[in-house]
Amino acid sequence: MAAQPKPRIKVPKEAKAGEVVSIKTLISHEMESGQRKDKDGKVIPRKIINKFACEFNGTPVFSCDIDPAISANPYFEFSAKLTESGTFKFTWIDDDGAIYTDEQKITVN
Amino acid sequence: MKINRRHMLSLSAGAALFSIAGHRSAWADVPAAEKRIMDFAGGKTPASGKITLTAPEIAENGNTVPISVNVESAMTGGDMVDSVIIVADGNPNPEVATFHFTALSGTAVATTRMRLAKTQNVIAVAKMADGSVFMDKKEVKVTIGGCGG
Repeated sequence: MAAQPKPRIKVPKEAKAGEVVSIKTLISHEMESGQRKDKDGKVIPRKIINKFACEFNGTPVFSCDIDPAISANPYFEFSAKLTESGTFKFTWIDDDGAIYTDEQKITVN
Repeated sequence: MKINRRHMLSLSAGAALFSIAGHRSAWADVPAAEKRIMDFAGGKTPASGKITLTAPEIAENGNTVPISVNVESAMTGGDMVDSVIIVADGNPNPEVATFHFTALSGTAVATTRMRLAKTQNVIAVAKMADGSVFMDKKEVKVTIGGCGG
């Protein structure tokens, strides 16, 4: 079994109000597609992260429904346009029900 | 023995080539991909324009193919992108991902990395808040497939 998935996130520390900032996220996860077979020819059961979401101060910014065709260690880059300082909350939901989260603060001036 | 074996090799190589050529036109997932797009578009025929899909022309490794979508939109009021689906017509399952945008997104731009089993079309379809749909399509040539087959 792989280690506990570890998120890595890149958010600028500061932004001007109304500026569009770019957010990059990556989480370590094998994203077992359910298509592969093991040595004995048995299908390895699917285990992927099926949902990713980003909120800012509780309001949705971006989310993604994920299918097995997304690569291992799923990477997402998207944008946000902010008018106030606050906290981004990132959530990943695993097929087995596990939820991985992380937070990042940004100062808007 | 030697001649026999060489003969067999050339025969099987020929058969392999033939089956690849046959496969291309008769791949079962093209209708599945089209159905996925139709379901998403709510029966509308997607227009071209507005949406741009960026993908490499040749992907050496089908396990991680970077793709990007960009939809022209002010992302305010009536000019909003609701969601974008990514579909691959030659993978075991056509669905790749669905992006949901909001007013806080600022722009409808997203980048990710996907798996491609073989050379195929990658299609991005955007649904706007007013219900109109737009699509873009790119063929990606894959040297090594990414589905562990």
